[in-house]
Amino acid sequence: MATTNDYKPGRMLLAFAAIVCLLYALMAVVGSWTPRLGLDLRGGTTITLTAAASDGGGDVPRENLEMARTIIQKRVDSLGVGEASVTIQGDNQIEVAVPNVNSDELVELVGSTAQLSFRPVIAVQQVESSTASASPSASSSSSASSDETASSGETSSSETSAPSSSATSSSEATSAPASTAERRPVPALPTEPPTPYSPRPTTPGTEEQTLDEKLGYTPTEQDAEEFYAFQCGDDFPDVSDQPLIACSQDGTAKYFLGPVIIDGDQVTDATAGVPQGQLTWVVSLSFDDEGSQTFADATEALSANQSPQNQFAIVLDGEVVSAPSVSEQITGGQAQISGGSITEDSARSLASTLRYGALPIELETSSVDTVSPTLGGNQMTAGIIAGIIGLSLVVAYSLIYYRGLTVVVVGSLVAAAIVTYAVMVLLGSAVGFALNLPGIAGAIVAIGVTADSFIVYFERIRDEIRDGHSLRHSIESGWHKARNTILMADGVQLLAAVVLYALAFGSVKGFAFTLGITTAIDLFLVVFFSHPMMTILGRTRFFGEGHKWSGFDPEHLGVSRASMLGRRASSRRRTRPDTTGGASARRSGTTTTAGGPTDNTTKEAADE
Amino acid sequence: MSDTMTRTDKPSPSFSHRLYTGDFEFDFMKHRRAWYTFSAVLILISLLAVGLRGLNLGIEFVGGSVFQAPAQVQSDTIDRFTAAVDDAGVSELDAQVNSVGSDTVRVQTRSLTNEEVTEVRAAIADEAGVSQDDVAYSLIGPSWGEQLTKQALGALVVFLVLVGLLIWIYFREWKMSVSALIALAHDLIVTVGLYALVGFSVMPSTVIAVLTILGYSLYDTVVVFDMVREKTRDIKSQQRTYTQAANAAINQVLVRSINTTIIAVLPVIAILVAGVVVLGGDGPLADLGLAMLIGMVSGAYSSIFLATPLLAHLREREPEMRRHRAALEKNRTRARARVSAAVTDAEVSPASMPLAATPASGTLEFAEEEVPVPVVDDVLDPDETQSRNQPRKSSRSNRKK
Repeated sequence: MATTNDYKPGRMLLAFAAIVCLLYALMAVVGSWTPRLGLDLRGGTTITLTAAASDGGGDVPRENLEMARTIIQKRVDSLGVGEASVTIQGDNQIEVAVPNVNSDELVELVGSTAQLSFRPVIAVQQVESSTASASPSASSSSSASSDETASSGETSSSETSAPSSSATSSSEATSAPASTAERRPVPALPTEPPTPYSPRPTTPGTEEQTLDEKLGYTPTEQDAEEFYAFQCGDDFPDVSDQPLIACSQDGTAKYFLGPVIIDGDQVTDATAGVPQGQLTWVVSLSFDDEGSQTFADATEALSANQSPQNQFAIVLDGEVVSAPSVSEQITGGQAQISGGSITEDSARSLASTLRYGALPIELETSSVDTVSPTLGGNQMTAGIIAGIIGLSLVVAYSLIYYRGLTVVVVGSLVAAAIVTYAVMVLLGSAVGFALNLPGIAGAIVAIGVTADSFIVYFERIRDEIRDGHSLRHSIESGWHKARNTILMADGVQLLAAVVLYALAFGSVKGFAFTLGITTAIDLFLVVFFSHPMMTILGRTRFFGEGHKWSGFDPEHLGVSRASMLGRRASSRRRTRPDTTGGASARRSGTTTTAGGPTDNTTKEAADE
Repeated sequence: MSDTMTRTDKPSPSFSHRLYTGDFEFDFMKHRRAWYTFSAVLILISLLAVGLRGLNLGIEFVGGSVFQAPAQVQSDTIDRFTAAVDDAGVSELDAQVNSVGSDTVRVQTRSLTNEEVTEVRAAIADEAGVSQDDVAYSLIGPSWGEQLTKQALGALVVFLVLVGLLIWIYFREWKMSVSALIALAHDLIVTVGLYALVGFSVMPSTVIAVLTILGYSLYDTVVVFDMVREKTRDIKSQQRTYTQAANAAINQVLVRSINTTIIAVLPVIAILVAGVVVLGGDGPLADLGLAMLIGMVSGAYSSIFLATPLLAHLREREPEMRRHRAALEKNRTRARARVSAAVTDAEVSPASMPLAATPASGTLEFAEEEVPVPVVDDVLDPDETQSRNQPRKSSRSNRKK
């Protein structure tokens, strides 16, 4: 068809088709045909953890967050659930999403803020309430030995361990808040403590201690008193270079422990199993290079001690998980924990703790959201219903108001749906984008955004026609005028989406993401699909000649038919004078009488 | 105006056509004090509502736990579940039980620890006669809400600043940014106020909705301002004041604004309907739908009745605009004198025609002025004259090639 400008709508449509084909080819390559669904649509558990920097505020180091993410991912994977995703959100959050799992076990496992460490045992004492079931590690002499070690400890070695290196035996740390000590409940003691407790430091000192200093920690009088007064459940600051008073997990024994010898993150692996030729379960663990060296030195020193000081305690989050005794030096970074009390369950759980126990940061469970598959299905249905109602309403409205132009609206909405679907699927496999309920809402809202672009465009075309331009000309000039408005309006919408996305909490992200991509797709579609389609339709008889149902009914628009065909008629006159002669005659007849809009046409004709 | 109806050779124009040509022009500017007052009252009510009643913050913002279990709802269901959770062995549970639709029971409690969750969940599962894993729950830590609020407010501020900049860059006129932002603030306050007034609970999806509303409100404002800019280009060489040009712009863009608003609101209504009917009014769909519906209607209103009059107000205070207005006023008095002298004369001098078309007065009552001119009013309407000078001329010449 002979066009008078160099705009080639066909090429645009071809480009669009090519892009769509490319998208679907990519989907075939990736091999996924459905978008990933969020857990609120198919059931599952979402847990949001917020990290608190261990110094009580400020920023969380990125690498620590990443390490914690890896540990949590391993913990969740060890549950044997598939498709679990653990992602970092914002700068201090970790989101755990596990589909189809709805159990409390998961929450406990993920949420446990485990800090794992190995400490030498200095004293052990049975807890009164459970003396009947004496554990093997707590020998009858434990109470006595505790007293003994405590009373003998008045050496200056403890002072070196104090961060402030003060000369007094009551290691005063400048950073220690006094409230820590005051808050600690003082149970009914046979005798009042002679001196008030000095506060315990809550942060490690800056000086690095040698292994000998750590192993050689000698309790002070205060330590002894506090240990004696300590009851399971009391708080005690868990500071790596300070002694720790802690209970066993079952609460049957309390331990006085030296400073941390080995950190949990020095454990590279731990497995539970029954070694060949043996009958009992053991936990095998291995250390990294640094850990192996420390472990060898520590076990050498410990094995020379008397019980209970030949033990080291594995401390998880302020609780003693296990306190194996050492009979000989263990070199080579491999160790086995064995003993009569270890069962299959406890071995597995200990191994798992050792493997994944140590989180480099403290995490707080901020929110847990479980959705049953039934509810998920309902939400999905609701979302789809909302989409269908929304679409039908928009189509119905445009049918009433824009008549035949609805073809463009529907065509573009269908095109938008095709592209959006492909983009969602591809983003699902590329960056793990999962469609959730607010996401669906975002897509539905985007129906309005897409349709809005048309209204701006259609109304511009109509305005141009009212100004007395021919339809064909109006489609082009209307486009040029509408384009900026559409760009600006979509730009604002995109900005809103980006800001929302930066908000970084779960459901908001999904909405923003969908709204953002659908708005971007709308921009793309308007240029590559809708405008070319409009141009092509404008060349058909139905639209181009303003059929009553085309949405360009000249009568409705308040212009004469001739005015609307004006340009068309005059351009045709050059090529096919026979068909347009009449129209042109009609046109010249009306211009003199019809008033404003057609007057323009006269002017146009004069311009030529 | 009656003269359009007498012409039989012209097709009967639609309402939108008459709006476009200025055949019919509603004087938005004339009543602007009324709009300002109306908006001020709305804002006052909203602020009072927020101040006195406060916002009903959802558990996402205050912390808490919500359990949902499938259960056939009967008359005694709520009592049975209340008793069941009271006996769960968790102290100060502060439980509220209600039903969602006909087959779901919802129990809301204070923020629970993991162990407490297990106990309450078991109690609910027992009562509902389902497995524990079928009881869905959400647990929000107490400090989480603070973070959310902080983030949401931060996002809002960032958004407003960016949007102000964007509009300024696009229109190159800070007064448009200011007017748009005032209209935005209006929509925001009214939406939040309605939430306080009715007591709907504020959820994260409400935050989504509010930010989306702001986007839409701007969308409308941008469409109107685009036209205002077009109409007020070379305002000093036009025979009308900025206010009159802005009013003509509103009228021309009115149909477009109404249509974009309707089209945008329709899907939102669908979201609201699906959220209420299918999901029993609980969850992000109903929540989003409601907030967006209120905000979009408010956004459409504020872009026409608030943003544009404010913009005109701001611009009219400029000395240049004052001079322009004074000049027009002078012309008008002179022209009126001439017209009244020649009122019986059928011949109208061409110089007076544009004045007659849009009576130029500096006052707000310009549309009320009846200047008797026996000529069709759209022949040399300044709108037309002006739009003829649009860049489309060049595109026309392109087309001739």
